[in-house]
Parts: sequence; C-alpha cells; structure tokens
Amino acid sequence: MEENKTFCAADYKSNQSVRWCPGCGDHAILNSLHKAMATVGVPPHMTAVISGIGCSSRLPYYMNTYGFHTIHGRAAAIATGFKVANPEMTVWQISGDGDGLAIGGNHFIHAVRRNIDINMLLFNNKIYGLTKGQYSPTSDRGFVSKSSPYGTTEDPFIPAELVFGARGNFFARSIDVELQTSQEVLVAAARHKGASVVEILQNCVIFNNGIHNFITDKEHRAERTIHLRHGEKMLFGPNNERGLVQDGFLLKAVTVGEDGYTLDDVLVHDAHCPSNFLHQQLAMMDGHDLPLAVGVIRDVEAPVYNDEVTEQVAEVRARKGFDTLRDMILAGETWEVK
Amino acid sequence: MNTSVKELEKVVVRFSGDSGDGMQLAGNMFTNVSAGLGCSVSTFPDYPAEIRAPQGSLSGVSGFQVSVGSGVHTPGDQCNVLIAMNPAALKQNIKFLAPGGVVIIDIDTFKSEGLKKAMFETEDAIKELGITAQVVEVPITSMTKAALADTGMDLKSMLKCRNILALGLVCWLFDRPLDAVKHLLKNKFAKKPAVYDANCRVLDAGYDYGHNIHASVSTYRIETEDIRPGVYTDINGNTATAWGLIMASEKAGRPLFLGSYPITPATDILHELAKRKDLGVKAVQMEDEIAGVCSAIGASFAGNLAVTSTSGPGLALKSEGIGLAVIAELPLVVIDVQRGGPSTGLPTKTEQTDLMQALYGRNGESPIVVVAPASPTDCFTMAFEACRIAIEHMTPVILLSDAFIGNGSSAWRVPDADEYPTIHPRYVPAELREAWKPYMRDEENLARYWAIPGTEGLTHRLGGLEKDSATGAISTDPVNHEKMVNLRRRKVELIANDIPELEVLGDPSADTLLVGWGGTYGHLRSAAEEMCREGEPVAFAQFRYINPLPANTRKVFSQYKRVIVAELNTGQMADYLQAKMPEINIKRINKIQGQPFMIQEVKDAVKRIISEAKNA
Repeated sequence: MEENKTFCAADYKSNQSVRWCPGCGDHAILNSLHKAMATVGVPPHMTAVISGIGCSSRLPYYMNTYGFHTIHGRAAAIATGFKVANPEMTVWQISGDGDGLAIGGNHFIHAVRRNIDINMLLFNNKIYGLTKGQYSPTSDRGFVSKSSPYGTTEDPFIPAELVFGARGNFFARSIDVELQTSQEVLVAAARHKGASVVEILQNCVIFNNGIHNFITDKEHRAERTIHLRHGEKMLFGPNNERGLVQDGFLLKAVTVGEDGYTLDDVLVHDAHCPSNFLHQQLAMMDGHDLPLAVGVIRDVEAPVYNDEVTEQVAEVRARKGFDTLRDMILAGETWEVK
Repeated sequence: MNTSVKELEKVVVRFSGDSGDGMQLAGNMFTNVSAGLGCSVSTFPDYPAEIRAPQGSLSGVSGFQVSVGSGVHTPGDQCNVLIAMNPAALKQNIKFLAPGGVVIIDIDTFKSEGLKKAMFETEDAIKELGITAQVVEVPITSMTKAALADTGMDLKSMLKCRNILALGLVCWLFDRPLDAVKHLLKNKFAKKPAVYDANCRVLDAGYDYGHNIHASVSTYRIETEDIRPGVYTDINGNTATAWGLIMASEKAGRPLFLGSYPITPATDILHELAKRKDLGVKAVQMEDEIAGVCSAIGASFAGNLAVTSTSGPGLALKSEGIGLAVIAELPLVVIDVQRGGPSTGLPTKTEQTDLMQALYGRNGESPIVVVAPASPTDCFTMAFEACRIAIEHMTPVILLSDAFIGNGSSAWRVPDADEYPTIHPRYVPAELREAWKPYMRDEENLARYWAIPGTEGLTHRLGGLEKDSATGAISTDPVNHEKMVNLRRRKVELIANDIPELEVLGDPSADTLLVGWGGTYGHLRSAAEEMCREGEPVAFAQFRYINPLPANTRKVFSQYKRVIVAELNTGQMADYLQAKMPEINIKRINKIQGQPFMIQEVKDAVKRIISEAKNA
C-alpha cells in the first residue's frame, strides 16, 4: 500500500478521549480508519464523517474532520444530502447493524441503489449494544437476548445480500481484529466512486462477546475465511492449500492436488466483473461449508448519483440557464403594466 | 329580459366541466387577460380527487373559479357567471351561483346519455335542479365542430377546442380583447401552429356568438385598479414559495437544496424546483419524508440553503429530524402546505390544523420559528423570510402554507432583486477563527456561527447529544443543559426584534379586532372591509409571523374590547394567543370543512359575537 506523505493517522484523530468499552472492536476499527484516511490523503477539512445512533455512531467525535452524530437510522440520508450539496467533500457514513439495517434499512438500500459517492461502514456485532442487549436484524434465528429470552423466531438479514439486492457496486468485508484487511478495504472503499459498503464483523465485548468466534478464532480463521483480492486465485487455508472452484451453479471448496483438482481449476477473483452473480455467491459464504470472504468482493464502476446531478445542472444551465430568478421569470408568460 | 351593460366592482366566474375539458386552461387565460387589463385577480382551481374519473361523471368534474375587478382578495364566495360544459358540471356547481347570476351551458351535452352519467332522473336538468336563474343554452360542441369543419381535424382533436369556444363567449361577455387571448394561445401552442389556428377560430366563433345573442344577455364592465407599474405574471402559491426560496438563495449567496418526497398538496414545490436546475437548484426526491428532511439537514451542515417541503402527515414524520436541526442549530426551512387531517384526512382540501404540530410537535424543549404566508403571492415573501430568519438566526423555520393559497393564484408583480434585503450568513468571524468553538454565538442575536465544511481550520463535530455551551464537546452536565435549553429558547424569542410589527387594517379605531393567520387573509380582510363599509366598523389583523409573535402583539390586542380569532381549525391559534395573553378576552370563529371561509359567514359570525356581547 503506497503511503501518503502529507498526512499521518494522528492528523485525523480528535482530542476527545475514546469512550467505548475496553476491548470493544470499535477501537481497532477506529485505528484502521485513521490509517486508511492517512493513506488516501484527503485532508481532514475535506472529510466529513456522519453517523446515526448506537455505539459505533460515536465515532465522529474521535475524528479531527467535519463530523455529524445524527439521529437513529438516518445517517445515510443525511450523508446523501451532504454529498449532493457539497460534492467536493469525501464522506464517510458510520452505522451499526441496528442503526443501518433496522430503523435505517430504507435509507441504506436507497443510498446503495442511488450510488451516491459515500463510504458506508457497517459495524456488525449482531446486537443492540447501546440499549444494553437486544437482538438485531442480523442476529441468527433462535438468538437469545433480553428482548428474545426464548430465542428469536425470525431470520436475519445478510448485509451483503441487501447490498446486491439494491444493485450495489461495491461491497467489502473485514473483521475488527484484522487491521491490515480493514485498512486495505477502507482505502479501496474510499477510492471507489459511488456507494461503497464495508461490513466489518465487530465484537461487542459486553453484550455479545464472541459472536464471531466461529470465524475469528485464531485456530480456525485460516480455514474458515478467505481473503479475496482482485486478479488473484481464490485460495485459503493455513498453507493456501484450499481453493474455490465452480461446481455447476455453485461454488465448492476443494483441496488443491486432491480429487483431481489442480491450481488451474481454482477461480481467479474478478471484483470488477459487471455481473454480480459470483460476487453474491462469494459474499454469502459464511465459514461453514465455504469460507467467509473478506477483502473487496465487488468493485464495479457505475454512474455516480452526485456526479450525475452536478452534470445535469451544468448541462441544463449550458442549454437554457439563467443568471437570476428574474431573468427566468421574464422569459416566461408575463405582461407589463405601465 | 335585462340586456344592459352591468357595471361591477368585481365579478366572479366559475368554469366547470369534465376534468378533460380544459377548464383550468380557459380559466387561467381569462385570468391573465383580465390581470393584463389592470384588474386585480384571485383564482382557485377545484380539482376532482380522482386522477381519471369516468368521462361525464359527477366525480370527474373539474372547476376553476376566478374573481376579477378592484379590491379582490379572494376568489369569491359565489360566482356571477357559471359555465357548465356538461350536465355533471352543472349539477356539481349550481350551488356556487350567486343570486342574480347567469348560467351558460353546452346544450349539446344535455342529451340522455350525458344526463344519465350525471345521475339525472328526467330529461330536463334545469327543472330537476330547480334552477330559476337565467340559463343561456349554447350549442358549444356543435359550433366548435362547425368552426373546424374544413380543417381536416379528427373529431377528438376538434372537441379539445370546446373550452376555447366557451372562453370566446366569456370574453365577449366581459369585454376582454381577443388579441390578448390569442397572444397567450400562441405561446401555449408555439410548437403546434395548427392547434393554435384551430383555437383562434373557435375563440372567434364563441365571441361572435355572443354578439349574435346580444339581445338576451347582459354584458359586464369590470372596474380596474391603479396597479403599480411593472412586469406581472400569474403565480400560484406553491410556485411563489419555490421562487421565494430561489430569491433567498441569491440574496444569501448559498446554493439552494431541496430534499423532498411527493405529497398532496405540496408536490408542486418539488416539481418547480426540479425544473430550476436552470438556476442551479438541486432538488432531490428522496425515499421517504424522513429522508427528505434528513437530506436537507445534511445539505445544511454542508453549507447550502436547505429546504424540505411536505404536508401535515409528512411534517409528523419529519419531527425527529427537525429536533436534530434545533439542537445542532442549523438553518433549515420546512414547508408544510397544510391539508385536512388527521391521518390521510382530506388530502386535496384546505385546513389550518397543523399549527400546534408546527409549534410543539417535537420531543424535548424544541422551540422553532413558525411563519405563515397570507396569500398566493405572499408565499414568495414569506418563503424568503423563512430563509432569511433560518440563515441569520441559525434555526429551523416552519412555513405554514395551505392547500387554498398553495393552489390559488393571483397576478404578481415580478420584483427587482434589490427589493429584497441581502441575507447575511453568520460565518465564523476572522478574528475568532483561532479560538472558535462550534457553539460560540453572535452576542446580539445568539446565533451560532456557521462553519462551512471544506474550510481549513474549522473542522468540528455536531450532533444530537447535548453539547457544552463553551467547548462544544458532549455534555451531560445538568446546569449546562438548562443553560443550552434557555439559550435556544432565547435565540428564537429575540427574532421578534427582526420581524415586522403586527399591522391593523379595516377600521383600527373600532372596538372589535378580527384576527386571523396565514391563508385566510383574503376572506377575513374582505369581511372586515365590507363590515366597515356597511357601518359596522371592525379592525383586522393577520398574523404572518407566529413564533415569535410580532413585538407589538400584546399592545395591539389590549386596545380592543374584544378580539375574535377566526381560523380553519378548532381554535389552535386562539389557544396559543390566549396562553400567551391570559388577560385578553378572545372569542373564536372556527370552520373545519376542508373549505376556505366564505366572506358572508365570517361577517355573520362576527356580527353574532358582537351582538351577543352587547346583549350580555
């Protein structure tokens, strides 16, 4: 990763003391974000960080940028207005799974559909932490919490599936403790033009400790996750001995050199492929039969909402623009009284 | 039959027909031509609630009422001339005819099929409706066909010109010059010369028909007014609102952003601003009402003049967002074009029932500025004022328009830019930049400074959590919270120093003050003026600034023996004023029918209250 010479991570840190619980995954994500911002090199005064409500949404207070800690669920809508109004700014939008996918679900899918150029970070800890432990829209069926003492009776959203359902053009995933991966995907998200969704599996140490352990356990992480990189073979496992191959309409994990599978059979990741069919298959892998994918899964160029608005304004103004309201009115139906 | 030329101070004409008959166009053209002659005008379109009701049916009737003359403040209680293009239109509109009025019908449509569609039981619609007024039976359809017989037009296209034949007849009746109508037609059909030619032909035919029946109908001469010289245009309240926002954007030097969601009767503001990309306006149709206000809040934080437009149900959805703008102290204009409620209520009808929602409909101590335009053209001024106050005082402002003035139109003199003041955003002063904190305030008006993102050295964080008054950091300190609540309240109160005083019209020396607010201005003013002329003097005051109230409100009220608050709700303004001024004896006139006041009913109610007081 090339380093930016102008700014360092500290330039993006505010002087406020960070108030998350000790051991919370948010600390690691905040550090990754500071570093990613320094790498991208957009000056702090050209950066805005906009959040909703929830533990993760405290994040803007820890940034030395323009920041807005708004109301529950609405960060995507507020960030959309901000970006359209002031498109020169780089906009980061911070949400949790409750904020972004429950109360803010409508704004989430529409921001993705519109392809507004904002970087949407979704801290997924599968729990409401700030309200002290209720199940969230990403909690698994049967999950026991204060508001589901006998287990939930509903299926969760899989955030990636919503992104693809909303025809998203950028989806990446990381895990809070994997700082390198987080930085890598955050930088890619910042460089992608359009709505970039980054899901970060985050641990709530108080109310949902270990919820991602099946994936994040050091002992199993190598075989239960795969780090996708554009143009590289889809290999995983402690010694990169496992690979993903196509099996009819589905994906299959194989061991290279076994059952007749060679390295040539292993798929090469194409994050830029316009069709999202395989991207969706990859994003839906959950670490059980197939490894959970981290890294940039989809990164495709598409018309960007705020650019289109700006260009349309310029185009209309060039064709029939007026300098003032009065000029516009006088060009319409009027009469004169002398 | 009386065939003289009647001289009238003002006259009310109601065009009615099937929603596809082009009544709005005919009515608009009559209005514009009259305004061009120096008449004051006021119009109100009456659309059916259905988008496409069956042709000829009662539910598909569309109307357009216009009052022209001198001293016109309303579209009129009742019409002097009713044009009914079919039996359904006659049935639905005959109730609007004034005593002594004239009805003009297209007799060609009063055949059994049309009568059946309008649920008539007999073949004689006039008799069945018990109409005793003069009815002029005009073969509008057959004359239109005859006038266009040699044009080679198909029947459907020919019939589309019926409205202009009726307009020609009305122009004869009121002595309106056809050249002016043809000029309007030319602009309207600039790209369709054949349609223009056809409409000119039927316009002449209608006018000539009037000449030929001269023996049987009176014509009218309508008074004109000394109108201020200038360039005029016809404008409805929603368009005026949109243009007032644009003027404010020009005067403030901040780009205009609208975040909105379609809702009757406010959507025309979104439509107009979406067109105004030619002036650089960014109008964004968001995914819901909440996103409408939230995108505007984002745009405001980003440094734009930010607006959201809606009606009552949308205002309810926006409440939490508005609270965020209150605590973040960002400029925001919220336009509520009020309609009948609660819930979906009467979406196309007018009411003033959102006042309490605007004043108080948020959690916590959440003071906000509320203003209300008095007429279609005043929407321009008050939209401008809402923006000026929002920007200069760093506060959300709610503009309470309504369906009546939003859809109603008047002739409006196009103002020069220098007729409106420059708006001064409270940017962070250069000398404070080093020490600046987000909640530092202008000492005079307590407005927070506006630090525009993208400015070096002014990065800061805002949010919905209470902030320390000095440092701007999150604070849960009890005393600080009380201080901030009081600062936000005081900031809004101080705006009373920055708005005009309450003006008293009618007869200020009377002992009764008739009071209204917002869009009832025309009816209430007319009622007061008529009473003064009729020897029962009444003073009249209309509130356009509601929170804060004009500084002289208590002084004005204390000069009258009795104050009567008339409003289209069950007494929300009366309650508000009574709570602010317990010592004032406030009487009430209320109407909640989805309709504007009638001048006569206001006069009757005022007289009743006065006589009850005298007898008491």
